[in-house]
Amino acid sequence: MHMADALLSPAAGATFWAGTIGAIAYCSKKLKENMDEKLIPLMGVLGAFIFAAQMINFTIPGTGSSGHLGGGMILAIILGPCPAFIVMASVLTVQALFFADGGLLALGCNIWNLGIYPCFVGYPLIYEPLTKGTAGPKRIFVAALISGVVALQLGAFSVVIETMLSGRSELPFSTFAMMMQPIHLGIGIVEGFVTAGVINFVRAARPEILQSVALARPISAGGPSRKVLACLLVAALFTGGALSWFASDNPDGLEWSIERVFGKPELPEHESGIAPALKKIQEKTAFLPDYKLRARAERAGGQESGKDEKTLPSADAGTSVSGVIGSAMVIGLILLIGLGLRLARKNKTAQKTTGNDIR
Amino acid sequence: MTFDKEYFNLGYLDILSYKDTFIHRLDPRTKLCATVFFIVMVVSFPKYEVSGLLPFLLFPVLLFSLGDIPVKFIMKKVLLVSSFAFFIGIFNPLLDRQTMYVLYGVKFSGGWVSFLSIMLKFFLTITSALLLIATTSFPGICLALRKFGIPDIFISQLLFLYRYIFVLVEETMKVVRARDMRSFGNRGRGMIAFSGIIGTLFLRTVERAERIYQAMLSRGFSGALHPTKPYVLTGADALFFAITVTVLYLLRMHDVVGAAGKLSVRIF
Amino acid sequence: MSHHIVEFTDVHYSYPDGTAALKGLSLRITHGEAVGIVGANGSGKSTLLMHTNGYLLPQSGTITIGDSQLDKSTRQEIRKKVGLIFQNPDDQLFMPSVFDDVAFGPLNLGLKPERVEQRVIEALETVGCLALKDKPPHHLSGGQKSAVAIATVIAMQPDILVMDEPASHLDPKSRRALIRLLGHFEHTKIIASHDLDLILDVCRRCVIIKEGRVVADGPAEEILSDRQLLEANNLELPLSLQKRVLPSGGTMDDISKLKHLLGHWAEHNIEHARTYLDWSKKANAIGKTELSAILKQIADETEKLDGLFKSAEKLCSADIKPQ
Repeated sequence: MHMADALLSPAAGATFWAGTIGAIAYCSKKLKENMDEKLIPLMGVLGAFIFAAQMINFTIPGTGSSGHLGGGMILAIILGPCPAFIVMASVLTVQALFFADGGLLALGCNIWNLGIYPCFVGYPLIYEPLTKGTAGPKRIFVAALISGVVALQLGAFSVVIETMLSGRSELPFSTFAMMMQPIHLGIGIVEGFVTAGVINFVRAARPEILQSVALARPISAGGPSRKVLACLLVAALFTGGALSWFASDNPDGLEWSIERVFGKPELPEHESGIAPALKKIQEKTAFLPDYKLRARAERAGGQESGKDEKTLPSADAGTSVSGVIGSAMVIGLILLIGLGLRLARKNKTAQKTTGNDIR
Repeated sequence: MTFDKEYFNLGYLDILSYKDTFIHRLDPRTKLCATVFFIVMVVSFPKYEVSGLLPFLLFPVLLFSLGDIPVKFIMKKVLLVSSFAFFIGIFNPLLDRQTMYVLYGVKFSGGWVSFLSIMLKFFLTITSALLLIATTSFPGICLALRKFGIPDIFISQLLFLYRYIFVLVEETMKVVRARDMRSFGNRGRGMIAFSGIIGTLFLRTVERAERIYQAMLSRGFSGALHPTKPYVLTGADALFFAITVTVLYLLRMHDVVGAAGKLSVRIF
Repeated sequence: MSHHIVEFTDVHYSYPDGTAALKGLSLRITHGEAVGIVGANGSGKSTLLMHTNGYLLPQSGTITIGDSQLDKSTRQEIRKKVGLIFQNPDDQLFMPSVFDDVAFGPLNLGLKPERVEQRVIEALETVGCLALKDKPPHHLSGGQKSAVAIATVIAMQPDILVMDEPASHLDPKSRRALIRLLGHFEHTKIIASHDLDLILDVCRRCVIIKEGRVVADGPAEEILSDRQLLEANNLELPLSLQKRVLPSGGTMDDISKLKHLLGHWAEHNIEHARTYLDWSKKANAIGKTELSAILKQIADETEKLDGLFKSAEKLCSADIKPQ
């Protein structure tokens, strides 16, 4: 359920990256202010632990399929929201790089989906209130289950939002949500089970460890107060959901939705006069290509679809054939360049190794 | 994928990142920025774009060749993670059936075009992300991030995490093997055994953290970590970055495939 | 140059869970000495070591290191003088590269970057690992990690080196290299280990700890060849000293070897007998009756040998008397 670059638009990706970086900065600041230096190696090694734990698979009773641990909830329970978020973000970063889980742009979304909800919603808003004071294994179990389910539902819903806002998929909002939510309900239950299992195990085996870690936690690791969190959450979900609803009917969701919400009118295309010249300059200097490019492409022969989906460009046989040939040529050329370079390197290294080889 | 294989892949990719080629010697900041720029360019293509994406293959191909990275290895990894994008993308042809292109009488619906676009984007973005780590050591990337303003706490966390991943994965591997040797079919691999394993590993991890902290204190640790190895931006970096950005931008703005096609049609 | 004396005077320490680890331990180690600390598991060795650099503080009694008495305020200073090397090198190499790890200590001492680099290179050269300078720790072999771990400590130029089981993770060759290396060091060395042969090779003096107290203290050669003393403390003679001479003149080693071989041969013998029997039956089945009879005879004779093997084994055991 990791978001993928291929389904993202730059704007949606950038939005969630902004949120994630903000959260990382916030947590880092909080930790710097009052953290026991003992936490530094502990967080690092716990991150490695979660990373390794995620690689183990276990069978889920009844289904026979295999499951994996997410780990966000366990981290949040043990370390508290801010440290746990930092750890989760670091684990996901390593996974994005070494396992290509989703991609680098989508990493911002993934840290948000898999980090924010367990650490800032599941734990402070659900688990902690339920297990305050002396909580027995049963209570922990229920709390872990509920918080796990909620965190994963929110994560799954965010994936839907991100996809809708990007507009690369045809799936309408409701259909996608109907698919994602039930699947992740099951995953959430399993996560809750495992979380409870681990916490109860540790409490039974070495309760003083949980206590000593708790003592090392920064005092205000709770981050913002619960009320603030709850309000932020509701606001974010509402905005995201509403925008996605708009976006689902239109190709490039976020851009379109934002324009819709802020009421910017569309500039009509003028064929003559200053406008096309200005447009040309804009195209040449624009860093992120936008609608103007598409309009230009439309003029170039209709190979790319315009923003206005209703008038699909008519299929031009000539351009289609030349498109295919052109593609073949481009790919062929690129492969030739690649092979050529490789051979050149091999010759170079062959010459080098005839020299001394000191070990 | 079994645990052992995943661990091997992790280690192999890590070792690749310490190779010595022109690409490897570039400053990590250069490579990080170039890769991010590449990804943003690729992802910025609209829904139905296919041919515009093809020239972008040049970037990964060049990195493969100049960086001496084994292609098969990377391709396997790309394939492995393609499921999510595939399963969401495959709905496009199912939902969007309006014909978009007709080629020699064969009708291609918009859905197939957008699906192809998604898969091409997937291939390009994932390959470039893997190539980034294959040509830049992880500590290098961390230091680049630090220079770009990511907070020190997070950087320390990343470096520590990286350092101990291999240690912990090995430890976990032993425990998993022990479990697998004593389980038959699905028995013994259930959630209860799993929780027990994880719980035990967790306790060992905390004990290890304690020992590491001890070692840090013994060497005078008082809160600050100072990773060294100052990277220096060279002319090669500036050149590489300038060329990459320019070429990618031009590829994004101009229809190379179309031009090539028209050229060939004129010639033949 | 101060005396760099390490002195424990009637030190008591109990862990938070109640385990009393040190119960009145007194010990005096002078400048330049190489002392081995041995004792059973749980005797207090590790606890003792953890006091030498102030990670743990004595609950009663005093510890003097150099000129200062150990307490909360002096322990940072003391850590500059005492370098503690732990059992598992993975716990001590926590930076992204070898260079960073070795530089960690000197940087914390407040040295300037140029001086730090100098120290790092010197330390790595001393342990023979300069070529590994830019490698990440997880690319190193066990022996390399141990060597680098030592470098991380000597880069701080401590006066006293304290080591906990330095060779436990090493293969024989690396272990030998370590022993040689330690022989070159002129620091005061305090080494806790179960590897009594290593202690014998490296340390002049040996101290036995039992139940949180020193029970024996003297020249290593004397202490480590006193079998009764060692066995009373859950220890054994160092392997290099464990040779027993039998009344018959043969050495213990040969007899145990022979016993082992006899057991081996006896097993094979039975297998052979069975094989002969099988082939005898096969021969019979294809009509070679005379051949079959001879094979059966061979099988029977072989089986009879079994008794001889067993007697031989018994005789070997008789010679191995506990002394």
